Amino acid sequence: MSFLGFRRSDGSVGVRNYIGIISTVSCANDLSWWIHNQIKGTAPFLHQAGCSQMKVDLNDTARTLISVGKNPNLAGVLLVSLGCEGVPVDLVEEGIAKSGKPVKRVVIQRAGATSALKEGLELANEMVAETVMATREEFDDSYLVIGVKCGASDTTSGLAANPAIGATCDLVIDRGGTCVFGETTEFMGAEHILARRAISPEVAHRIFEIVDRLEKRVIARGGDMRGGQPTAGNIAGGLTTIEEKSLGAISKGGTKPIRKVYEYGDRVEGRGLFIVDSPGREPEFLTALAAAGVQIVLFSTGLGAPQGFPFMPVIKVTGNPITFTRLQEHIDIFVDLARSGVSNLQSTAQTIYQEVLEVASGRRTKAEILGYGNFPGLNTLGPVI
Amino acid sequence: MDEEQRAIVLHARDNVATALMGLEEGSTLSLKVGDRVMAVTLTRAVPFGHKFSLAEIERGGQVIKYGDVIGIATNAIHPGDYVHIHNVASSRGGGQGTGGEV
Repeated sequence: MSFLGFRRSDGSVGVRNYIGIISTVSCANDLSWWIHNQIKGTAPFLHQAGCSQMKVDLNDTARTLISVGKNPNLAGVLLVSLGCEGVPVDLVEEGIAKSGKPVKRVVIQRAGATSALKEGLELANEMVAETVMATREEFDDSYLVIGVKCGASDTTSGLAANPAIGATCDLVIDRGGTCVFGETTEFMGAEHILARRAISPEVAHRIFEIVDRLEKRVIARGGDMRGGQPTAGNIAGGLTTIEEKSLGAISKGGTKPIRKVYEYGDRVEGRGLFIVDSPGREPEFLTALAAAGVQIVLFSTGLGAPQGFPFMPVIKVTGNPITFTRLQEHIDIFVDLARSGVSNLQSTAQTIYQEVLEVASGRRTKAEILGYGNFPGLNTLGPVI
Repeated sequence: MDEEQRAIVLHARDNVATALMGLEEGSTLSLKVGDRVMAVTLTRAVPFGHKFSLAEIERGGQVIKYGDVIGIATNAIHPGDYVHIHNVASSRGGGQGTGGEV
C-alpha cells in the first residue's frame, strides 16, 4: 500500500506542505498569528515558553522548537523572535536548518512589530511561493509515522475506540511503519505490563523511570495519583482495578514491542513502536507528537475533544454513538461498539488504516476543515521565573 | 438485537466480557472469543460497562481483560458471575479494588 506525500531532504516524508510560522517566545505569539492570518499556506506554532525559565527548561524549549520545526509536514520555517528572549534562537535556527529545509527569522525588537510584520509577510509570502509547485509523490506506507492520543474519554473509549486504534497501530507496524504514544500519566498501574513489552531491560527500566519521576513530582506537590485509583466514578462505571483502567487507556498503543523511550521534545528515529514521555493534556502532548516527527494523529474520544494541530492532521475516533451524532463536525470515524469485538477489531483497523492513507495523501480531517487546534502548548518541568 | 452485541470480549485470551447494556440475571449470551463462540448464562445482573466471567477462575487466579492481567480473584469465580471489586483485587497492592461491596 502507498500514499502520496512530500519528500524532505532529511529523508522523511510530509503529508502536508506548510511553511511553519514558529514563535520562539510567548512575546512573539501575536506577530506570528498576524503573519499566519495573512499568508495562506502557513501554519502557526504558538506557545507560552521561551523566556524567564530555568536554563535547563530553556534548553528543553529550544530542543522542542527544533524538533517541531523539523516535522516533515513543514516545508520551511519562519521563526518569529522578540530579540531578548532566553531561548537560544541562533541554536534553534541552526538546528532546524540542519534538516535541509529553509529557515528565516524576523525580530520584533529591531524596529517594532509593524516593521517585523511587513518583513515577515514578505518572507512568508516568498517561502510559500516556493512550495506551491511541489507535487506529491508516491511513497510506501512504511514511511508512515502515526501518533496516538485519547481525550475526553468515557466508557466507550476503553471498549471500542482505544482498542480499534491499537489494532491500527499494530497494522502500521506490521506494514513497516512507526507509531508513537505517550501520556505517561496513564501508564501508572500498568507500567509493569508495558515494561514486559520492552525490547530490552534498559527500555523496561526507562518505562519504570518515567512513571516514577512523574509520580515523585506529583507527590512533591502534595498529590497522590495511585491512592484514589480507580476513582469512585470509575468503579461505578465498571472499572475494578487501576490495571484495568490503565490497560484501557494504553490499549490504543497496540501490542507491539516497545523499542525506545524518548524525552519530551525529542525526534523519534527508526521504525516500530516508541514512547515519548509527556503529560496527557492535549496541547502539550500533541506538540510532543509533532516534535517526534509524527505526520498524523489518531485521537480517541468519548465525550468529544475538538483539538487538532496547526500542521499535523488529527483523526478523531469515537465509540460513542451519541457523540458521533452530536459532534459530526469534529468526529472523523465512528467505531460501532455493538459490532466490534476481537474479530471485527481487525476489520475496523483496516477501515481506520485506509482513512490514514487518504488523510496522508491530502484528504482533510474534520479538525482541519474547521480550523480547530491553533493553540498548542510546550511542556517544561521547572518553575516560570 | 443480535445476542453477541450485548457484550464484548476484547481479546482472545480474556476470561471476562464487558456488558454493552444492562444485562439481567439469567440472561444467556452468545459471545465470540477469538475464533470460537461460547454461551454464558449470567448468575447476577450486570450493569452497562461492567464485567462478567467466561470461565472458572479459582481464588488467587488471574482475571484477564485486554489480554492482560487486570487483577487477582479474591473468591472463586464461576462462568456467568458478575466480576467487580467484590471478587477481584489489584495485583499491585495499595488498596485498589480490595474487598469492596457492590
